[in-house]
Amino acid sequence: MSFYEQSQRILSPVKAGYMALTFVVALLFNLLPWRDVIGLPDMLALVLTFWCVHEPRRMGIGVAWVLGLLMDAGNGALLGQHAFAYAVLAFAAIGLHRRILWFSLWRQAAHVLVLLLGSQLLMLAVRLAAGGVFPGYAYFAASAIAAALWPTATYVLLLPQRRRQGLDENRPI
Amino acid sequence: MDYQPPPFFSRGPAPLVRLGFFVSLAVLLMVLDARFRYAESLRQAVALLVYPFQRTALAPVELFSATSEFFTTQVALTRENDELKAKRLLAANDLLTLQALRAENAQLRRLLDARERLPRKSTLAEILYQGRDPFSRKVVLDKGSQQGVQAGQAVIDDIGVLGQVTRAHLLLSEVTLITDKEQRTPVQVVRNGLRAILYGGGDRGTLDLSWMAANADIQADDVLVTSGIDGTYPAGLPVAKVSRIERDAAYSFAKIICVPTAGTDRNRQVLVLSREAILPPPAVESEPGASSLSKQKARQKARISPGAG
Repeated sequence: MSFYEQSQRILSPVKAGYMALTFVVALLFNLLPWRDVIGLPDMLALVLTFWCVHEPRRMGIGVAWVLGLLMDAGNGALLGQHAFAYAVLAFAAIGLHRRILWFSLWRQAAHVLVLLLGSQLLMLAVRLAAGGVFPGYAYFAASAIAAALWPTATYVLLLPQRRRQGLDENRPI
Repeated sequence: MDYQPPPFFSRGPAPLVRLGFFVSLAVLLMVLDARFRYAESLRQAVALLVYPFQRTALAPVELFSATSEFFTTQVALTRENDELKAKRLLAANDLLTLQALRAENAQLRRLLDARERLPRKSTLAEILYQGRDPFSRKVVLDKGSQQGVQAGQAVIDDIGVLGQVTRAHLLLSEVTLITDKEQRTPVQVVRNGLRAILYGGGDRGTLDLSWMAANADIQADDVLVTSGIDGTYPAGLPVAKVSRIERDAAYSFAKIICVPTAGTDRNRQVLVLSREAILPPPAVESEPGASSLSKQKARQKARISPGAG
C-alpha cells in the first residue's frame, strides 16, 4: 500500500503547540450545533487516540481526563462521564501503541474501532446506571465512522511533520 | 547506599496507577453529580472555560443564518406579511371576545374570593443548539443566570410548553424537554378537567399519560393543558394531544400515548417564564387614599390598645 509506505518516512518531531491546536479544532467540531445527527463521530476521541498511539511519551491519561471534563461541561452530560471514558481510552491506546503501528492503516483502524467502541460502551454503562435511556444501536455507528476516518486523520495530522522531499540530494536520510 | 536510575529514565508513576487515580476521580465526580448535585460549582467553572469554544463553534452557523436572512427575497417577505395579516384578522375575533371574557373572569374570581392570577415575568431567549448528549433530551438557550434565568423555570414557545430549565450557567442555560425520560408535567384534560401526570417518553419524542385507570374518560385527540398545581408551569398552557389509547383488560391502567404540541425544530425563539409574578404598580398616593390609610392605622391602634391596656 503506497500510502502505508509513505507513512514510514522519517518524521520531524511534533510540536506541543500543534498537538494543542488539533485538540482545540476537534473540540470545536464536537461543539458545533449538530441537530440530531445520527452517527456523528467523536473527533476529540479520535484525535486523542491518534496522539496516544503516535506520541505516547507526550500524551498522558491526565490530558485525556481534562479533555473529557471539557466535553462533559460543554455537552451538559453527566460530569465525569467523558473524563472516565477518555482516561480508559488513553490508557488502552498508550498500552497498545507498539502493536498498532506495525499494521497497515486499515488494520490500525480496526484496532481503533475496538478502542472507541470500548469507550462508548463505558459511557453507555455509566449513563444507564445513572438512569438514562438507551439511545438505540445507531449510537455505536459513531465509532465505526470515526474508525473509518483513521487513515485520513493519520494523513492530515502527520502533515506538518513530513520533511520536504528532494531538498538535498546528498543528505543521508 | 542505594542506587537509583538517573532522573531522565524516570517516567513518574506506572500507567496502571495513573489510570486508577483518574478513573477513581471521574467516578467520584459522577457520583457527586448524579446523586448529590455537589459538583455544580465545578461544572459552572468548567462550563465558563468551554464557553468561548462554544461561541466560536456557533459563529459559522450564525453567520450563515444572518446572511440567508439578509438575502430573503421580497416575494417571501410579502407572502409572510399577507399570512400574518390573515392570521391577525382571525385572531382579532378571539381578542375582542377575550376582553369581555377577562373582565367576566375577574368578576367571577372576585366573587369566589380567589386570588387573582397574576402574569409572570418572562425572558425572551433563543435556542442555540440541541444537546449532543444522546441519553437525554435537552436544548441549550443563549440566556443564563446573568440574564435572570434560574433552574426550575418553565420554557414555552408560541404554541405550547417546551420544558423546564434544569441548569443555568452564567451565560447559557440547559432546558430539559418534556419528552425527556426524567421529566414529569402535571396536566389537565381540557374537555373534562381530569388531572394527570405526563411522563416523558425518552427517545421516541412522545409522552405517556401514566397511571390512568383503564376506564378513565380520555379519548383520542383530547388536548392536555398544564394544571398549574405544581407552581412551576402557569395553568392552561397547551402541552400535548392524545394520539393513541390502548385499553387492555389484563392491566388495570390504560396505555395512553401523547404527542407534544410544541417542537424544538419549529421555532428558535422561546420564552422563559419566571416564577415571580409581575405585581401591579403601587397605588399613587392621593388625598383620599392617604386618609383611608391613616384611618386604617388608627383603627388598628384602637383595636390593639384595649388588649394591651
